[in-house]
Amino acid sequence: MSELSINPGIEIRDSERELQRFRRRLVLLGIFVLALFGLLFLRFFYLQVVQHGHYSTLAEANRISVLPIAPHRGVIVDRNGVLLAHNYSAYTLEITPSKTGNLEATIDELAGIVEITPRDRRRFRKLLEESKRFESLPIRTRLSDEEIARFAAHRYRFPGVEARARLFRQYPQGEIFSHVVGHIGRINQREIERLEKSGRLANYRGSDYIGKTGLEQSYEEFLHGTTGVEEVEVDSGGRAVRTLSRTPPVSGNNLVLNIDAGLQEVAYNAFGDRRGALVAIDPRTGGVLALVSKPGFDPNLFVDGIDPQSWNELNGSPDKPLLNRAAAGTYPPGSTFKPFMALAALFYGKRPAQQVINDPGYFMFGGHRFRDGRPVPLGAVDMHRSIVVSSDVYYYTLANELGIDPIARFMEKFGFGSRTGIDISGEAAGVLPSTEWKMRRFSRPEQKKWYAGETISVGIGQGYNSYTPLQLASATATLANDGVMYRPHIVNHVEDIRTREKTLIEPEPLRDLALKPEHLKIVKDAMVGVNKEGTSARVFADAPYVAAGKTGTAQVIAIKQGEKYVESRVAERHRDHAWFIAYAPADNPTIALAVIAENSGFGARAAAPVARQVLDYHLLGIRPKQPAETD
Amino acid sequence: MPSILLRLSRFMTRHIDGVLLSAVFLLMFTGLLALLSASNGNYARVSGQMMNMMVALAVMWVFANIPPHYLMRLAVPLFATGCLLLIGVAVAGDVVNGARRWLDIGVTRIQPSELMKIAVPLMLAWYFNRNEASLRLRNYAIATVMLSVPVALILRQPDLGTALLISASGGYLIFLAGLPWRIIAALTAAGLASLPFAWSAMHDYQRQRVLTLLDPSADPLGSGYHTIQSTIAVGSGGLLGKGWMNGTQTHLDFIPERTTDFIFAVYAEEFGLLGNAVLLAMYLFLLGRAMVITANAPTLFARLLAGSITLTFFTYAFVNIGMVSGILPVVGVPLPLISYGGTSLVSICLGFGILMSIHTHKKLVQT
Repeated sequence: MSELSINPGIEIRDSERELQRFRRRLVLLGIFVLALFGLLFLRFFYLQVVQHGHYSTLAEANRISVLPIAPHRGVIVDRNGVLLAHNYSAYTLEITPSKTGNLEATIDELAGIVEITPRDRRRFRKLLEESKRFESLPIRTRLSDEEIARFAAHRYRFPGVEARARLFRQYPQGEIFSHVVGHIGRINQREIERLEKSGRLANYRGSDYIGKTGLEQSYEEFLHGTTGVEEVEVDSGGRAVRTLSRTPPVSGNNLVLNIDAGLQEVAYNAFGDRRGALVAIDPRTGGVLALVSKPGFDPNLFVDGIDPQSWNELNGSPDKPLLNRAAAGTYPPGSTFKPFMALAALFYGKRPAQQVINDPGYFMFGGHRFRDGRPVPLGAVDMHRSIVVSSDVYYYTLANELGIDPIARFMEKFGFGSRTGIDISGEAAGVLPSTEWKMRRFSRPEQKKWYAGETISVGIGQGYNSYTPLQLASATATLANDGVMYRPHIVNHVEDIRTREKTLIEPEPLRDLALKPEHLKIVKDAMVGVNKEGTSARVFADAPYVAAGKTGTAQVIAIKQGEKYVESRVAERHRDHAWFIAYAPADNPTIALAVIAENSGFGARAAAPVARQVLDYHLLGIRPKQPAETD
Repeated sequence: MPSILLRLSRFMTRHIDGVLLSAVFLLMFTGLLALLSASNGNYARVSGQMMNMMVALAVMWVFANIPPHYLMRLAVPLFATGCLLLIGVAVAGDVVNGARRWLDIGVTRIQPSELMKIAVPLMLAWYFNRNEASLRLRNYAIATVMLSVPVALILRQPDLGTALLISASGGYLIFLAGLPWRIIAALTAAGLASLPFAWSAMHDYQRQRVLTLLDPSADPLGSGYHTIQSTIAVGSGGLLGKGWMNGTQTHLDFIPERTTDFIFAVYAEEFGLLGNAVLLAMYLFLLGRAMVITANAPTLFARLLAGSITLTFFTYAFVNIGMVSGILPVVGVPLPLISYGGTSLVSICLGFGILMSIHTHKKLVQT
């Protein structure tokens, strides 16, 4: 407007007006400045007064980080304090994948500083697949001091790689206790979900490991302890600057077992290189003295994740080292079933002990010839002799007389065919055959029906019979304890390491079978006779104590009618399993056991010598110099 | 002897404006306090900044003693050199952090855009002063073109912050030179209408910054991190602050660039709303004095130059504080006289030197 039509003639006045206009505009800008500063002040007021609480909270949340402190896991010791599982502190080299650029290159470079075996790499890759990228995963465990020093000098080259002092779980007894103690392993997604459901996840915030098998799993709640928390002030990089408060963790409780590590070792070694299982129980309490499954495996391999190759070796081995034969392996009991059959006969009053049965070496039933394997027929057999020399015909006829369901009802009371409820998981139930069981087991109508002929072989512990060594040991202990049955339990007590307070795992009497003493005496005397003059007499010939026993042979494959079982002609894995049950001392038993030696033939030859070594160690403290020899 | 001292003291202070200088000193002292805290009590950093201040004050003294008409003569060559250097940067500049801002001139590397902060207002003031007697719409258009050339070159580097500040310094100047209101209205309308086009012309990271301002939580660990953490720092400071050297956001390293562009977050966290009010008051005190000098400047050149310097200084402060408190996007603008760094101190003190010169050479011009 006017500014544009400047007349040179009135320059002075114009420049005066110019100045006025300039100052007006300057005042406008001054107001603009004040307005914007006012806006800033309002913003400050909003942030620092109105929203102050909100931002204070955010600043505190920034500043304070709650860190979990993992508790020490309780140790596991045998009844004499021998360490079975313990912790030791060592350095690991850990990689946080999300903080590391090129993972492979980093590992290659690390390998130049500390030893990283192909096995370490395989294990790391497996861990990587199973975990989230921001988790810190071990590439090497148990670093030497020298390796730590070397890494410390080069650590600047490795962002995302840290050396950490960690507690490691170690199982000094290795494979001998693999199926009892079990092992821990890194917590997986399924376990996280389970912990969340049971409301225990918070307690695992600082934990990387959880019990996976054996006692480590079943006593997890006792062993784990309570996670502590530390409130620390952290900087923006997440590094702890100082500790604000600390609630120390509470260490897990220790487990003290009923198992005698010496006995366990003796039993494990007694098998030599045979496969098998042994369960020894204190009949007075149900306390498990030894629980062996051979072959075992080294549980230490599993702690930080097993590498795929070792896993395949274990999992694919025909010897099935991962199978806990003692509790999860089921076998026909063979002739070890006979003492219980004899008790059933007396219980039902079907056959008095004195009644003599003629054993011609076979029993004909329904046109089928049930054989007795021996070359010379036994002839006249009473109950005592039937057990001592293990007559088959005596029990063929007895089973036929009793009938399958009465047999099942009686055997059920001894725990046959049901889980004992021992304090480790993975137990198998086995099969106690009955008409009802067969109805449930089979689908086709003609299969559902129980045939009387099937009862005959049940009498000598063959047929559908299938039990775990644990069940047989428990039944033997019940017999030894005159019919009072205790639940087998491995742990004797749980010990709070701070207060030294012991929580006893009380012997839990399951039931009293109310067996008559005179009946028991007949069977027990016969079992003493087995070791004195019967099938296992040679094995126990020089024993300075009186032990009761019973041999057994479990068929692996059926022998055709009219054919004879010749061991040398049968493939090793099709050979019969050798059984032996025993308790001692006979008059006041402190140990009852069941042994199975797989594919080792007649019970007295392979299984009884194992039992002898175990009883010798338990009762006399004699440590054998070599595995039990086949008699 | 006393007379020599007296003459020396007169020589030293003849062209110094005491009021402006005391305002500068107040802000510098506040800056040193904040810096000592921001650097976790690192005296080396603080003494380094004191060295920068010495240099800046020396530059201020020198420019206070250069009469405005000498500066006027510098305007054209300085602007021309600046433009040439900017072209040089565009052609052969060094790339640092993804932006081509530095030019290697053999002896040292320079940022020609820094030079333009003073060269642009000088040039425009010189231009309006030359055409004072016959200002027409054409002159405003030419001034706008003169402003646009360096701004466009700087935008291309890309350096949004500097480009905006130079545009602002030129814009204030053209406004003060009397740009007609109807043009202002028209330009405002056009500006608003072209916003979508400006958006499409922006670099991705620049758009990101604008988006981040609208919703910092959308990218809390990326571009929103700065704003979120600085806002938390300011907000948690409260009424009276957490106390000097006690800011948790500051001392636990949550505030990024806390000695430079985000030093206000440190100050606000530790001194609270009260401290912020005092800081704004100090800035207003300085700006008030600078406005008085501007209002009383003897020539159009001096007035326009002084006005531009004053308001550009205000813009620095506003943009920086606005960015730290989360109402403006994150642009690389330091808090004047407070942030650590020599370049910004020197260029700001140079401006105040010119203001002092304008104020103290008035009589010489008038006589």
